[in-house]
Amino acid sequence: MIEGILIGLNTALSIKNIIMVMIGCFAGTIIGMLPGLGPMTAIALMIPITYGFEPSTGLILMAGVYYGAVFGGSTSSILINAPGIPGTVATSFDGYPMAQQGKAGKALAIAAYSSFAGGTIAAIFLLFAAPSLSKVSLAFRSPDYFGLMILGLTAVSAFSAKGHFLKAMMMVVLGLMLASVGQDTLSDIPRFVFNNMNLADGISFVLVVMATFAMSEALSIIFKGSDPTQAAKQISLSKLGSIKLDKEETKKMVTTIPRSSIIGFIVGVLPGAGSTIASFLAYGMERNFVKDEEKLKFGKGSVNGLSAPETANNAACSGSFVPLLTLGIPGSGTTAVMLGALLGFGIQPGPRLYQTNPEIFWSVIMSMYIGMVILLILNLPLIPYIARILAVPRAFLIPLILFFSVTGIYLMSFNNFDIYLMIGIAVVATILRLYEFPMPPLILAFVLGGLMEENLRRSLLISDGSWAFLWDRPLTLCIMITILFIVFWQIYNSYFKKK
Amino acid sequence: MQISPVKIISLLFFVFSGFYLYHAYQIRVFAFDENAPFNAKTFPILLGYAGIFFSGLYIALPEKRPANVNLSVLDYKRTITLVILMIIYGVTILKVGYFLSTSIFLVLSYITLGEKRWFWVFTLSFPFVAIFMFLLHGLLDIYLRDPLLKYLGIIG
Repeated sequence: MIEGILIGLNTALSIKNIIMVMIGCFAGTIIGMLPGLGPMTAIALMIPITYGFEPSTGLILMAGVYYGAVFGGSTSSILINAPGIPGTVATSFDGYPMAQQGKAGKALAIAAYSSFAGGTIAAIFLLFAAPSLSKVSLAFRSPDYFGLMILGLTAVSAFSAKGHFLKAMMMVVLGLMLASVGQDTLSDIPRFVFNNMNLADGISFVLVVMATFAMSEALSIIFKGSDPTQAAKQISLSKLGSIKLDKEETKKMVTTIPRSSIIGFIVGVLPGAGSTIASFLAYGMERNFVKDEEKLKFGKGSVNGLSAPETANNAACSGSFVPLLTLGIPGSGTTAVMLGALLGFGIQPGPRLYQTNPEIFWSVIMSMYIGMVILLILNLPLIPYIARILAVPRAFLIPLILFFSVTGIYLMSFNNFDIYLMIGIAVVATILRLYEFPMPPLILAFVLGGLMEENLRRSLLISDGSWAFLWDRPLTLCIMITILFIVFWQIYNSYFKKK
Repeated sequence: MQISPVKIISLLFFVFSGFYLYHAYQIRVFAFDENAPFNAKTFPILLGYAGIFFSGLYIALPEKRPANVNLSVLDYKRTITLVILMIIYGVTILKVGYFLSTSIFLVLSYITLGEKRWFWVFTLSFPFVAIFMFLLHGLLDIYLRDPLLKYLGIIG
């Protein structure tokens, strides 16, 4: 492991990669601060830029964007009560009241220190958990992988939007259907190509991500007449106050951070759960841990109430890399985008990544530490100024997002058909978003489609066409029972439970 | 009786799944693969049935939390104009070239969204695209096809 850490440090500490982390953190912070534009959009917009990079550099850039976007989301939660991403909603419960009391600077500092500590502690957990889990996951067989993928898709659907499980499952099926277009990987038989040569290679992952996130989010903003930059214009530099914390506040954070980091990391590892659930869970649990006197301050500007969700959402971000790096199965929409990017680089994440591409495995882990340090150094003093940059008018922001999206796909194929297909998917996604159909399950399904089919093929061929492989092994059986439990619980909860 | 738009979308997805399933059955597999436990059409057939199942379930079950969308406040004009501009951008990008088509797309999009500060409209189009092209083509060595700039001898 020491050798791996040194390899990772060597790669992550190269000038080029440090610059990439800085750019990633900075760009992620800006995009994350804009309500409606989350880390998935930020990463999607970065994909075309990473084409010419080495895989480790590309992944380091995207990881930096991820942490930056999560941190940026908490800034808008604190300053204007408009969470940039769902994972920072719980931050606004106590962050915004603090800002209203004239302690916005302190709230930002608490958020920054908590994010840094949560991310760093979780990165240490990742350092030890990932290699061990990689070794364990070598024992997994095709039926287990097939089951795990269905579990991931079901869990993401269950958690993506409360009460919209069936909508999310429809999106999963649509994502898998889109992934099935093109030649069959084993027999090369064309499927759903309709004599169109442009579809023979299938639909590009970048095209689907750009269409369903960057482009459809931009179109949704115009369609609904909303202005994500409006909130940034309200930020006043003079009202921020001091960023220095006193002894009492530091003491409160010291007790909150370790327990919230553990909760955040564990929730982050679970498929589908992610930073939103981690932050709410940490907030709720922290309320139970503190003294009665502090409990009364929750929702009115509590230091513990702000520190807990901020620590947990950053720890969850690091935790979500565990299934991606060790099993090759992303547990969230954001890590699904990263998996797609990795596959684009010709790298298959999974238990063997640790052995075949140690420089990627370790450099991503080591870049997390560096990313956290950069976020703290770069963002804390610069946050108010970054927030001012965001006051870019909507009339400029939206065309630039559309331009980056079209450029991204143009650079890949130099093909008009792909641009039309992207516009078509974006229009459909905009309408679906309007009626609360969640997009992360679609992306996750699209990325996992090929792997799922491959594992199902192997399982069915080994069992000679019998579906008994779903319950033959105890591990597969446990996974299938969990899936059935989630499906029935969600349907019961949405349709049959009396309120 | 008013039918919820989400039910209509689910119905459309139900029909789409049926169409997908029909085409899944039409996939031609090799003769020796026809009766194999798994062939090129097995997974698509399963997906077709899954689509019919979930959309059918949504149509059949009562809607507990219907989506509340006020259609009258939506900005159709600007959204449709932007989509048309993107399609025109897609048509012209290969023929006219990246630089000119992108710059014109940006100018027209800014104007569509109500921007009237001409200095910024110009700065964030032609010079911005030129700098972006330099970064991609000149520094990152990413190939950008532009027949116009090639004809003018600006790029190789």
